[in-house]
Amino acid sequence: MSTTVPSGASHKQSKTQVMTGADIVVHSLVEHGVEVVFAYPGGCSMPMHQSLTKYSDRLRTILPRHEQGGAFAAQGIARSTGKVGVAMATSGPGATNLVTAIADAKLDSIPLIAITGQVPTGVIGTDAFQETPIVEICRGITKHHYLVTNVEDVPRVMKEAFHIATTGRPGPVLVDMPKDVQLDSCEVDWDVPMNLPGYKPSKHPNAAPEQIRQIAAAIKHSKRPVLYVGGGVVNGEASEELRALVKKTGIPVTMTVMGLGLYPADEALSLDMLGMHGSAYANYAVKDCDLLLAFGVRFDDRVTGHLASFAKNAKIVHIDIDASELNKNKVAHISVRSDIKYAMAELNKVVEAPEDCAAWVAHCKDLKAKHPFSYDEKFDGILQQHAIRTLSNLTKDRETYVSVGVGQHQMWAAQFFQFRRPRTWLSSSGLGTMGFGLPAAMGAQAAHPGALVIDIDGDGSFQMNIQELATLHCEKLPVKVLLLNNQHLGMVVQWEDRFMGSNRAHTYLGPIDHEEASGPGSTIAHTYATERYPDFVQIAKGYGCGAATVRRKADLEAALLEMINYPGPFVLDVEVPYQEHVLPMIPSGKTVDDMILK
Amino acid sequence: MAPKLMRHVLSAIVQNVPGVLAHISGMLASRGYNIDSLAVGETENAGVSRMTFVVRGDDRIVEQIRKQLEKIITVVSVQDISSNDYVERDLMLIKVRAVTGALRSEIRELVDIFRARVVDVGPEEMVIEISGRESKIQAFIERMRPYGIAELVRTGRIAMVRGSNPNSLTESDDPNSAIKAN
Repeated sequence: MSTTVPSGASHKQSKTQVMTGADIVVHSLVEHGVEVVFAYPGGCSMPMHQSLTKYSDRLRTILPRHEQGGAFAAQGIARSTGKVGVAMATSGPGATNLVTAIADAKLDSIPLIAITGQVPTGVIGTDAFQETPIVEICRGITKHHYLVTNVEDVPRVMKEAFHIATTGRPGPVLVDMPKDVQLDSCEVDWDVPMNLPGYKPSKHPNAAPEQIRQIAAAIKHSKRPVLYVGGGVVNGEASEELRALVKKTGIPVTMTVMGLGLYPADEALSLDMLGMHGSAYANYAVKDCDLLLAFGVRFDDRVTGHLASFAKNAKIVHIDIDASELNKNKVAHISVRSDIKYAMAELNKVVEAPEDCAAWVAHCKDLKAKHPFSYDEKFDGILQQHAIRTLSNLTKDRETYVSVGVGQHQMWAAQFFQFRRPRTWLSSSGLGTMGFGLPAAMGAQAAHPGALVIDIDGDGSFQMNIQELATLHCEKLPVKVLLLNNQHLGMVVQWEDRFMGSNRAHTYLGPIDHEEASGPGSTIAHTYATERYPDFVQIAKGYGCGAATVRRKADLEAALLEMINYPGPFVLDVEVPYQEHVLPMIPSGKTVDDMILK
Repeated sequence: MAPKLMRHVLSAIVQNVPGVLAHISGMLASRGYNIDSLAVGETENAGVSRMTFVVRGDDRIVEQIRKQLEKIITVVSVQDISSNDYVERDLMLIKVRAVTGALRSEIRELVDIFRARVVDVGPEEMVIEISGRESKIQAFIERMRPYGIAELVRTGRIAMVRGSNPNSLTESDDPNSAIKAN
């Protein structure tokens, strides 16, 4: 077979060449600037893995220890760089193991390309060994999906996949590659046109001048304005425009969990995160504002609580790139489909500071001083919040990326770690996938070899992808894990405590004959689970990582420094009590007036 | 009091690629939108098909359905036809029990009144074809019910915006001139 693989630097090929489907896939990845791919081989993806070895000088292939870990690692690359993350798996179980990470990427609008092997086209539909209809499974959780049945379609499909994943509102694209299509070859035309008559991410990409003037007028006449910004501003790379807007107008800023880092947490006008576990001051400010500038956000239920009561008295300006987000949950007075960077840049040209909002800004700052995020600082053990705040202070001057799992530790990290730049905070926010933290950190580390990458995790979430410690060791990725180990599924415990009489229902992670495993749990503050399980230090060392455990507050800082300065991957097992609750808390579907502060 | 649910007819052009119908129906189901009727067919352009949806909802819901449809990559365009002056048709084949000559005559009479057509006569049953607006089809079903309906099949609604020519056909014209059956 006359398969040729071009050698040397990548550049536009003017002449056609004959290549296999597998080579075309891998070559396109290189051409699109992909530097790292997370790929787990199997029978139906072997040809693509063979191709990956041919391109190993330009494309690093990392073998995760579970396909889900690989796909979250690919997300780690995408979230921390803004570029496409690529994960590859074989057919059947390999493909289904990607599903959670694909759904996660859809909800958080992450540009992810998932490439799966598929059984040969001749046996598709026969329940062949390791056959699953992965495209059918993933229809509702991808931005787009392809089952490629002809090798000649591969160059166009790859081109479209990158285009769709990265333009408009980003999202995951699945490319399902039957094995015979990987092995077939054809003459490749790299300049093949895309066939996407229905995809118009740029139909009305930009706010109209009239809309910009309306928004500027609304700002000028507002007395109590608040900026509510989220993941859309991160994806739109518009953090600088946001900062300029705040500088020009003096409007306080609150961020969604997806938006943390857009505006520096240590600035006076930052109201930090809003929503269910957001700051009291952000939620009070949104409650009382007369103008809500909702930029790159989607009025998620974890932000709004009871929808009709959210920002009830405010005029709402909503800008988003996705038309279907406008008026979906909340009707806006001015709704604009636009690229957010363009809209804010245009706004910055004409906007004036509100005429009369000094009293409001002073009021917001006063609220911030009165209701800070807080915890019992006198306790001589280590509270989760204290561990995170200490880590935040110790890493302030370094290039640091933080990923998290899902649960209490995630919310505390959002509250107590001070983010100053977008894309430095990686959180499964929409889907809320436990087990996200470790692999996401792995991807961020692969993309930023020199940076300090920390997974702040809980013992429940950590164990959902703990096998990636092997990848960290074998691939020499020096990720640090700050394990806030309370032996429980803390967030569910918190809800049990608040709403279900502390009846423990499968929220203890130790053996079932332990006292904590059932019945009414202790509600005494700072209670520790007495017997620790499992031994995370031994596990981490078994995987070849550094590890230590710490319990006393006095030892925390030294332990954190040991972790930070360790040359390889490291797990710091921090023993923490399980009776801490994440506060403030607005119970599901309630309003700011129902906010629990103590 | 529940908000008034308006009836809307959406017409979409979709790429002729495998799975597009599954994608659309899956999206509608997973977002909890109720579809009264869905019809799919080829168009004059081999690369695309047309889908016609009849949905009920307030303006906000219908706006969401339209935007969610437009977000599907293989959906080329979506139009809310019911905001225009439009023609709408449904085609039905109905098999009615008619054993005696008297019954058959009675049914034939109704067929004439409704401008339907008998397309097959068996020893015990007749097959009738009828097209027209939903209300007409519904009325015909009710008239046939006493005779005993053995089987019934409908295409679902299809619709088209009227031409700008003021002399174009009106609703009362023979629907068979708007829909070419058989």
